[in-house]
Amino acid sequence: MIAQNIGFLIIAIVMIGAALRVVTTNNVVHAALWLVVVLAGAAAQYILLAAEFVAVTQVLVYIGAVMVLFLFGTMLTRARIGAESDLNNSYKKLGIPVGLIMLAAMGLALTDSFGDEKLPESAKVVSTQEVSDQIFGPYLLPFWALSFVLLAAVVGAIVLARKD
Amino acid sequence: MFVNQFLLLGAILFCIGVYGVVARKNAVLMLMSIEIILNSVNINLLTFALRNGSTDGHVFALYIIAVAAAEVGVGLGLVLLVYRNKKTISIDDLSEMRG
Repeated sequence: MIAQNIGFLIIAIVMIGAALRVVTTNNVVHAALWLVVVLAGAAAQYILLAAEFVAVTQVLVYIGAVMVLFLFGTMLTRARIGAESDLNNSYKKLGIPVGLIMLAAMGLALTDSFGDEKLPESAKVVSTQEVSDQIFGPYLLPFWALSFVLLAAVVGAIVLARKD
Repeated sequence: MFVNQFLLLGAILFCIGVYGVVARKNAVLMLMSIEIILNSVNINLLTFALRNGSTDGHVFALYIIAVAAAEVGVGLGLVLLVYRNKKTISIDDLSEMRG
């Protein structure tokens, strides 16, 4: 339990620092690379939460595929790779109170509702078989809908990006 | 491990993502902030899955990952189209709909 808490703390601090760099850095490529740190930290937290299949999917889909998409998007929309000065808009100062007020509201609600409730100590890792039993059992219809969403997204992305 | 430590981590990441969406004007960076928000939601779903001992949260988290991948694909396609037509992806310059 102690080891898990220490691991959680280290990963959480790294994630928060990297997320702050994503939203403040002046370099789009650096933002993408800091986002990799956030996504990898999230995968580690999923493992701490006994969700191994979701963690593996996170690594494959986010770090593998989505990051390549982001780097390609950066490459295709900007000729320059170095730092840029005009990445933030004029409402930048407004964002800080918005974020802090939301954080205060959510923090108050969470400490009020859950206090010092603990997660079950003897939780076993949720196996891939249980997850697939859920997906192909009660959640089959949403799975089909998701297949159509992905198909539409693939066709739509090709149609949008095609040169005609 | 407390329930709250994961939920508060999710809340902090969510707020950082919201700040990014508000403060950035580069469209690719806004999409990155949205990814941070979606990941914080996934952390919350998996925390409650562990707390309640159910696998439903895992299914929802997987569906969110799939929908996020589709969203990034279409979003970047749109950004490329905007860049091809306007030679910029700054959100502030897309003001045709202003009355």
